[in-house]
Amino acid sequence: MQQKLTDFDQALLNGEFGPAAQMAMHILVRMLPIFGAERFLDIEGAHIDSTVYQGIATMEYAEKLASLGAKVRVPSTLNVSGVDEHGWREWAVPPEHAQNAYRQMVAYQSMGCIPTWTCAPYQTEHRPTFGQQIAWGESNAISFANSVIGARTLRYPDLLDICAAIAGRAPAAGLHLTENRAGEIVLHLQNISTSLQENDAFYPVLGHILGKIAGERIPVIDGMSVQPNDDQLKALCAAAASSGAVAMFHMVGITPEAPTLTDALQQHKPLLIQKVTMDDVRSARNELSTTDDDKLDLVVLGSPHFSLAEFQKLMPLLSGCHRHEKTKFLVTTSRGVAMLAKKMHMLEKLQDFGGQLTVDTCILTSPMLPGEIKTLMTNSAKFAYYAPGLLGTQVVYGSLEDCVNSAVAGRMVRDDSLWQDAKGAM
Amino acid sequence: MARCERCDVNEENSRMVMQGRVVVAGEAGGSVLKSDEPLSFWGGYDQKSGEIIDRRHPLSGQIAADKILVIPFTRGSSTTTAVLLESVRVGVAPAAIVTTGADHFLALASIVADEMYGKPIPIVALDRGDFDQIKSGMHLRLGTDGAIECGFLSQNE
Repeated sequence: MQQKLTDFDQALLNGEFGPAAQMAMHILVRMLPIFGAERFLDIEGAHIDSTVYQGIATMEYAEKLASLGAKVRVPSTLNVSGVDEHGWREWAVPPEHAQNAYRQMVAYQSMGCIPTWTCAPYQTEHRPTFGQQIAWGESNAISFANSVIGARTLRYPDLLDICAAIAGRAPAAGLHLTENRAGEIVLHLQNISTSLQENDAFYPVLGHILGKIAGERIPVIDGMSVQPNDDQLKALCAAAASSGAVAMFHMVGITPEAPTLTDALQQHKPLLIQKVTMDDVRSARNELSTTDDDKLDLVVLGSPHFSLAEFQKLMPLLSGCHRHEKTKFLVTTSRGVAMLAKKMHMLEKLQDFGGQLTVDTCILTSPMLPGEIKTLMTNSAKFAYYAPGLLGTQVVYGSLEDCVNSAVAGRMVRDDSLWQDAKGAM
Repeated sequence: MARCERCDVNEENSRMVMQGRVVVAGEAGGSVLKSDEPLSFWGGYDQKSGEIIDRRHPLSGQIAADKILVIPFTRGSSTTTAVLLESVRVGVAPAAIVTTGADHFLALASIVADEMYGKPIPIVALDRGDFDQIKSGMHLRLGTDGAIECGFLSQNE
């Protein structure tokens, strides 16, 4: 395929904008044919997942770009790092890991990136807008940007998102282009009650189903009877991007490119139409847990990072209670949300409950959990999906209420009534 | 050995030559570690030893360092690229990777390994029919033009 580089692209490649931009463009140009693209397009923003510390190589990559004088050309938020800069000593993080992960943080900040250190950049003031071309890493954020906002990004792998940010250019391919954003399969909700659809605990489970059925295809969800809020859609995105590689979905009547089913499919015929029943929902809920054991070492909330609205929802549940001495209680969030939560006295209440807070990172991206933590409970499908493999722990999925009740009781407590068949459901 | 119509089979020494599509050019040789299951390197590949550590994957427990890893594509996390780059730095990356399509994540890791350490991982994509001819234990030799010569080491070298 013939490459059509603009004068600007060529100038970047020739080093006219410095050696870091040259290196970034060189990598982008080598990737162009692999994306099946022949040209680049301008981007208006980036979200950098290359921040995740994965060993010396990721640190050396960041420091090489920084030492060559790299500066991002577009507003670029930073995803989670490998360490909570201030709070890591409270946990089991090896000092060498903390030191290297911190060096990597410093390198990315020196490029002019915005130190958001969060996997929920769409809940900051840097949320993109409908139709914007952006280069985002972090699977849940990619899915939220494409699906819920209608901004346009590929699934940028780590190491490439920063190149696009430095060049301000991205391959004209995949989800950047309208014709590749059509729904391919349809999932029709059947007899799922409105009361379940209104409940936060439904969305991680629906997302888990979505990812498993869709794989890499673009699914369309039809048959919703409520308007989910941002935090519910966030949970759906994170789940679907864990059990599958869902970079985009449509929800008929709710997401911006799906006013109708026909619009979502861009007038094409779907490859598959599948019903989602209460039986599917119950079995997906069960799949998110790996144990029936009562024992509980840690309750963890906040993947993707806890929002201010989620803190506000949590507060009344904690009121007047204290966690059991055997069960730790952890919330992971961004430093921005933590600052506001502190101003609103919510961190004091979390502390009074016996809870702890981690910012900038999470249990999956920082080796923070001590070995004695063997069983987790969470309301996050992403934590539930990855913890057994990455951390070697058992996990139980529960609602926010289940999580708090279990922390107080010091053992797994789950309310199953929500998941029964509703009488007279549509 | 099964005969592939698209391959130039030399019956005498049971060697096949397949023509693949170059994803990242390079020469390599080694024995094959193959699975039809896609692999996520994040949580699936030990960047200190080159062991496949996804316990649900058919290759779990095998060491892929210096082998020709033959998998259809990667799945899951975008951190796959970082894991593969670190394994190149440490010296436990596969000698080459053969896939069924141009996998963006593997290609990027290889290109950055070239930019950073001058050590690209050769990657070639094969048609499904040719991909299916390759078996674990075979010996492959990849050329910079995407040609793959395969046979059994004991008979040939």
